[in-house]
Amino acid sequence: MKKRIGALVAAAAMSASFAVLAQQPAKKPAAKAQAKAAQKAPDATTADFEKFRDVLEEDNPAELFEAKGEELWKAKRGPNNVSLAESCDMGRGVGVLKGAYVQLPRYFADVDAVMDAERRIAHCMVKYQGFKAEDLAKKPFSSGNYTPELVSLTTYVAGHSRKMKIAIPQKHPKEKETYQIGKEIFAYRAGPWDFSCSTCHGEDGKRIRTQNLPNLSTPEGAIRAFQGWPGYRMTGGVMHTLQWRMNDCFRQQRFPEPNYVSPSITALLSYMGVNANGQVYKGPGIKR
Amino acid sequence: MADPMKIRAQMKGDSAEIRVLMSHPMETGQRKDNAGNVVPAHFIQSITVDVGGKRVIQGQTGPAISRNPVFGFKVKGAKAGDKVVINWVDNKGDKRTDEATIS
Ligand code: HEC
Repeated sequence: MKKRIGALVAAAAMSASFAVLAQQPAKKPAAKAQAKAAQKAPDATTADFEKFRDVLEEDNPAELFEAKGEELWKAKRGPNNVSLAESCDMGRGVGVLKGAYVQLPRYFADVDAVMDAERRIAHCMVKYQGFKAEDLAKKPFSSGNYTPELVSLTTYVAGHSRKMKIAIPQKHPKEKETYQIGKEIFAYRAGPWDFSCSTCHGEDGKRIRTQNLPNLSTPEGAIRAFQGWPGYRMTGGVMHTLQWRMNDCFRQQRFPEPNYVSPSITALLSYMGVNANGQVYKGPGIKR
Repeated sequence: MADPMKIRAQMKGDSAEIRVLMSHPMETGQRKDNAGNVVPAHFIQSITVDVGGKRVIQGQTGPAISRNPVFGFKVKGAKAGDKVVINWVDNKGDKRTDEATIS
């Protein structure tokens, strides 16, 4: 039989990839998104955005950063020429990544402290690979075509908890204490506008311009502090982790911005993460 | 050296659905950096797709396409096991070729 190969390329497919994906008749995801949106947030902007995200998530650029993170995780690097794969314990044993991200922040006996994912990776890079903490903190957030190594690494680690239940431990006294500190920071009002996180994220149904503000004090809202992070942000086409999100919210709050991988961020991530316990993490995602 | 593409190729009915995610800055040449200097244009300007040794797509692309673009194609008559070879070349002469097998 003669093989007939005919290519079907919509003209649009060549001119704008976002438009292409938004136009593709991905019937199932769209219907799913609408059903989901109808249950939770009935407004049209949210429904449209969810539809957009569902379609995009099939070919999520976050994967490109996972791939980069994998290289970085496995390569012998730094002044000590050691790989993270052979040295770094993310809480499940040295080099074990499956399920590690959905159980962070957690207590680590070697440092006698609670750490979140990115902070733990940074710790390993300093302790085992011999990188300098000051260097890691110099330009910790993505911008333009620049993506810090820690962002790719965190995305790679998070990818190993895809479709797993969030199960952040609250056994060790320091884990409980960290949660409490997070809760306090969340409610702490200060600054020129007397804002706390709670001012923007402590009630249902609030928004700024078109952005819905999740109520992070409830389990349904708290999942938003986990789901889709690390996330490929459509605004600017860059990959961001929760370190960036926290930093940017402190800025919006007109607070001084915390140091990179600060314990105050670990505390906030504990508070919101524990509130989201039991829900399923879908893996590195898409954010507006 | 450019980063690898992610290619997915799957039979759906009588045609193969091919999707490819490319890692590329896709600079338009119209943007300025923080210091006010124009960021030079840097974009993929041609792509080709071969399926089972046959060229099925040859396309010209431009700066209106987003960073890290995704392309989707439907190829009739392809079959499971066929090799898919995708190539791009950008305006600086950088290029990349990656392969996948239709499942
Ligand atoms: C001035 C209002 C404001 C304050 C105060 C504020 N945020 Fe936010 N927050 C926002 C906005 C706006 C967004 C972006 C929502 C979007 O893009 O959909 C956001 C997003 C978030 C997200 C991500 C939600 C998601 O859906 O991905 C988290 C988590 C978060 N904030 C936590 C905090 C924490 C913790 C604090 C306190 C340190 C805080 N925010 C303070 C306005 C605020």
